[in-house]
Amino acid sequence: MSQGLNMVVCIKQVPDSAQIRVHPVTNTIMRQGVPTIINPYDLYALEAALALRDKMGGTVTVLTMGPPMASTALRKALGHGADRAILLSDRFFAGADTLATSYALTAAIRKVGETTPVDIVFTGKQTIDGDTAQVGPGIARRMELNQLTYVSAIPAIDREAGEITVHRRAEGGVQVLKTKLPCLITMLEATNELRRGSMPDMLRAERADIETWNAEAAGVEDIGKCGMKGSPTKVSKVFAPQPRAEKAAMIEGDTAQAKALSALDVLTTADPKLIQVIARQTAAA
Amino acid sequence: MAQAPNTPAAGRGKKLELPEHLKCYKHVWVFIELEHGRVHPVSWELLTEGRKLATALDVDLAGVVLGPAGEGTDQAVAETFHYGADRVYLIEDPLLENYRTDPFTKALTDLVNTHKPEVMLLGATTLGRDLAGAVATTLATGLTADCTELAIDPNRNLAATRPTFGGSLLCTIMTQQARPQMATVRPRVMAMGEPDRARSGEVVRERLDMAEEQIVTKVLDFIPDADTNQAQLAYADIVVAGGLGLQKPENIRLVKELAEVLGAEYGCSRPLIQKGWMTADRQIGQTGKTIRPRLYIAAGISGAIQHRVGSEGADRILAINTDPNAPIFDFAHHGIVGDALQILPALTEAFRNRLSVDRLAG
Repeated sequence: MSQGLNMVVCIKQVPDSAQIRVHPVTNTIMRQGVPTIINPYDLYALEAALALRDKMGGTVTVLTMGPPMASTALRKALGHGADRAILLSDRFFAGADTLATSYALTAAIRKVGETTPVDIVFTGKQTIDGDTAQVGPGIARRMELNQLTYVSAIPAIDREAGEITVHRRAEGGVQVLKTKLPCLITMLEATNELRRGSMPDMLRAERADIETWNAEAAGVEDIGKCGMKGSPTKVSKVFAPQPRAEKAAMIEGDTAQAKALSALDVLTTADPKLIQVIARQTAAA
Repeated sequence: MAQAPNTPAAGRGKKLELPEHLKCYKHVWVFIELEHGRVHPVSWELLTEGRKLATALDVDLAGVVLGPAGEGTDQAVAETFHYGADRVYLIEDPLLENYRTDPFTKALTDLVNTHKPEVMLLGATTLGRDLAGAVATTLATGLTADCTELAIDPNRNLAATRPTFGGSLLCTIMTQQARPQMATVRPRVMAMGEPDRARSGEVVRERLDMAEEQIVTKVLDFIPDADTNQAQLAYADIVVAGGLGLQKPENIRLVKELAEVLGAEYGCSRPLIQKGWMTADRQIGQTGKTIRPRLYIAAGISGAIQHRVGSEGADRILAINTDPNAPIFDFAHHGIVGDALQILPALTEAFRNRLSVDRLAG
């Protein structure tokens, strides 16, 4: 009788970038009132883990590093059916780049694995605020997990043999990879649809005590590798891009047709070979 | 907390000196992405960019080629010189036939530890990002993803600029106390130079020292994409795209019709992907595809920074928007203030007539 899968899903609370505005005069981010969401890419990781648990048994632990208010994201994940939630929060973690983030998360995942070894660590393919896609590989490297990025499907897991087969998005095609557990999977977007939470899960989430670990509780060995101190990259400046010296030359005309004809004229004058290029393209098609 | 873009003051205040043992790190490297016997063109774009950095630093430019012995690898080495490298670090091994994280990470990490580059650039492809993340962690150095601008600062550090906050601002990131300074750049963000077929250079060979038994992950199969379904936006000569100004999903037809007449690829801005009006492979912008066409026609797209960084490499941009103050007119070359729903069909008609006249004239 084989046991179920022990899975950890790393999620991140991010500002909803669709609603971020830049102050027109000061060029600073206007944070006030910007709602936070679970990084959308992480939801595919969460659903992939929940689906595996349904099929093979086991537990899904959601883990996030962030300020105390990041517990909102964890509570949401519990509402969707995750079994356990851990918030990694400590002022020593503040200002972490991806290297320092993967260091702290690795400590916490090891801690989770002390009672039952972790079989799969899931992350989204990247976050929408950092967009780096580096934390997943960082955790895999530190924990010596087999690294499977941009996974679109998990067609087979053989619990007895400790083997997993995945489809991985590569340039120009899909790689079918087979490796051993434990592994780290970063899930590709649009590969599944997150379930709605059941009523009992929602109620449980609402009442749940979110476990909060500081650096010591997470078993972090070297505090110097955390947060800003442990980050080799530093943001030296944040700025709005310079407008181009010249604005667009406006094409005038009384009607749409007149503007279109005038545009055709302008474009073919600026690029005399344009019509030739188009003719070649359309002939090829 | 990636990159902590909310703390712009992080690097200010004290001056950060490079530790003594890292001062021997020298030269600019570009990872040449060779897979299935072909090099991803982003590698040539990076060599062109790397040449500028090497010149600014007054050091050499080198390419790293990892692959099985054979024609594809030989060709990759030759072309790496054609696109500007002074030197190639080469590891030939059958284990490097198909990309897998472990052997590639070992190969690249070993090369870095032996030959010590100060800057290393990789393409921000699925392969490049997988590898860069693993290598940077192993080396405990800084890695900046998806850079849109690279420069050398007065202290000889790499200043890597990338969009932040979903593309609403840009930030410059430095790695002052670790080496190599690593960065990834997405395809088509940097221009590709003309190859010099006469150019050659020194090849430095190293060994992988790994056995198949040591690699846990096996490649069972590779299923190539059916080309017809995948948008070839990044390398298209002409691109037509629509944004929220299209108002309704059925109006995407107007973009497709103009694209068809122009023999162009079509795409859209991010909001249309979020609404599910087009598939994600057609998104133009920082989180989608970066394009560098000869002509880009943007209809009903406001021109947020995240879209701008994905499209301003176009030789010529024609923007159509009802709002004369839309930011897209700040970086487009030509503008039409008007409703995309009327201008698009008028353009289709105008080009169609012009092309048929030309065809008749032979």
